[in-house]
Amino acid sequence: MDYFVNVTLTGLTQGMIYSAFALALVLIWRSTRIVNFAQGSMAAATTFIALALIQAGQSYWVALIVALLSGFLLGAVVERVIIRPVEGGPELNAVIVTLGLFVAIQALIAIVFGSSFQSFPTPFGVRGFEVGGSTIPLTPTSLYVIGSVLITMALLVALFRFTRIGLAMRASAFSQEVARLLGVKVGGMLTLGWGLAAVVGSLSGLLIAGGGFVYPAYMDSLIVFGFVAAIIGGLDSPVGAIVGGLILGLALSYVNGYVERGSALVSVAALVILIVVLLVRPGGLFSSTTARRA
Amino acid sequence: MSDLQSPASAAGKATDEAPTESTAGANAPSATAKAGRSFLPQSTLPRHLLVLALSAVFAVVLLEVSSPYQNSQIATLSYYAIAAGGLTVLTGMNGQISLGHGALMAAGAYTTALFLDADEPLPLPLILLASVVVATAVGALVGVAAARLHGPYLAGATLALAVGLPGLAIYFHDIFGGEQGMRVRAPQAPDAFESFIETVSGNAASSTKWLAYVGVICLLITYFFLANLVRSRIGRTWRAVRDQEVAAELAGINLGAWRVLAFVVSAAAAGLAGGVLAIVVRLAAPSGFTLVLSLALLTAIVIGGLGSLLGALLGSALLVFLPPFVTNLGADFGLNGTEAAQLAPFVYGVVLIVAMIFAPAGFVGTIRLRRMTAKAKRASAAQAKAAGSNGG
Repeated sequence: MDYFVNVTLTGLTQGMIYSAFALALVLIWRSTRIVNFAQGSMAAATTFIALALIQAGQSYWVALIVALLSGFLLGAVVERVIIRPVEGGPELNAVIVTLGLFVAIQALIAIVFGSSFQSFPTPFGVRGFEVGGSTIPLTPTSLYVIGSVLITMALLVALFRFTRIGLAMRASAFSQEVARLLGVKVGGMLTLGWGLAAVVGSLSGLLIAGGGFVYPAYMDSLIVFGFVAAIIGGLDSPVGAIVGGLILGLALSYVNGYVERGSALVSVAALVILIVVLLVRPGGLFSSTTARRA
Repeated sequence: MSDLQSPASAAGKATDEAPTESTAGANAPSATAKAGRSFLPQSTLPRHLLVLALSAVFAVVLLEVSSPYQNSQIATLSYYAIAAGGLTVLTGMNGQISLGHGALMAAGAYTTALFLDADEPLPLPLILLASVVVATAVGALVGVAAARLHGPYLAGATLALAVGLPGLAIYFHDIFGGEQGMRVRAPQAPDAFESFIETVSGNAASSTKWLAYVGVICLLITYFFLANLVRSRIGRTWRAVRDQEVAAELAGINLGAWRVLAFVVSAAAAGLAGGVLAIVVRLAAPSGFTLVLSLALLTAIVIGGLGSLLGALLGSALLVFLPPFVTNLGADFGLNGTEAAQLAPFVYGVVLIVAMIFAPAGFVGTIRLRRMTAKAKRASAAQAKAAGSNGG
């Protein structure tokens, strides 16, 4: 029983991180109809900035804030300079550009920060809480992970629901032309959307790095799992991204915990889950729109 | 996809008219002008056979005048080009993206490794054929799922394939050797090969040279098949499925079945490429089939020009010859070894972005577009002149 709870909690914590990453992908998809494959390496870049600050003697929290801000800047610059020329063009061109960005940023990280494994600190302990003399498998770090993802999601909901900027962003995602006619600066909204998504992506990068090791390609599995989570959810729905992330996190944790030598099967399991979901519902679980033709 | 389509569909009608003219009267003069410039036969099969024979002669000359190191580079080039050729048919002709061709290559490579591991290995052509069959079977499975998906969904599913399938090799480590992978015994060159090299150039018939020949022969056969396929009814149907789903469906084309077929053909090429890779590298290990391999193949076909086999070949050449060049350049600028090694992927990435923004048609497509524009201009100028003289 203890083991089951342990595995479930690990799955939930991991799932929260996948959810955050998937949410970042969904934010970009909704506004520009582009899947940002470079999300992972952009997040890795900001994590390495944070690591450099921590190694220079700054506190974790200063590094966190600087990393998130630089994530915002990176996202905005990438949208303006690299994505703008291919926006609204053929689907394939945008996919290829973000893949190119993914490879280039990852290589750049290795050139600037080196490709060795470096440990990344976490602000809270990784020992479980003690309740009545026995240790339960809930650690302060996993509470911090779950908490910060929940707070971020609440802030995003508030932004989109209750502010004029959020309304303008939703309008430009809904229909660029209509929004433009109503006086919304659509270009600015798209840049802002990419910046925000990059912040959420950076956060998930920092969270998954906490208490572990980072190296230039450490986000690769998160890209795949986050992407699978987003697609399970339907790519179009923020709620779907969160649910997809949690489903995937739990499923992978069970595979890892209950199948002998299951760690080798984790990415195969993600593939199987994805294929099954897509065969049943080709647009993902939470897709509302019908397939677009021509 | 309109930007990509024009050059890709032009691949099938390189000998046709410039698209500005459509009346039969206007076609006649420029057709003779075309025949005057092209020395190749007009009908497809003889033309491709002639090109095949010329390429074979060229390949033998190239392999015999180049150094052993360059021979091994050509062997590497051949397996990249085989896989890229298959991918360009899938992505350029049928409009389906695949980020998972590295995994299909892995299927082929492990098959070859297993068959060569036997005490009495089968003849090499049969083993490579088995690799093709296994990869085709995997491709058919994936293709059935892929046919229902498009754009980012397809990219995601094949991405998961690229990352997931090598995991199976680690899980079944008793068969596939786990993380370390399987060592591949290099097949022996037949005696006929030695006497052939002896008569052609008098060079020593080394094992490297034999592998390079195997690679090049596979490359030529694959491209011959693919080129014929693309110019046939099948190729035209693929282009119809890619360009106008609804119109193709109304014309009685079963979209799903044709998409699966494209994926299967593409997977077969990837399987052969994997088999050649296994004997050239002499190792089949999960670390050889990372996401980076799949992305490198995509880079090759995009830079060369989507849908063009020549483009796939040129792009693969870039994959083979660029990294040593860039790495040396990096070392000259004072980067240390590991940093300089990362410079090549950095340049890939940047080239991919720049190519997509400034020349989305790729190398071959851009040149073809230029030529077609110039031809159309000439044709319309000639017509204006004719109209002017008639009127006056």
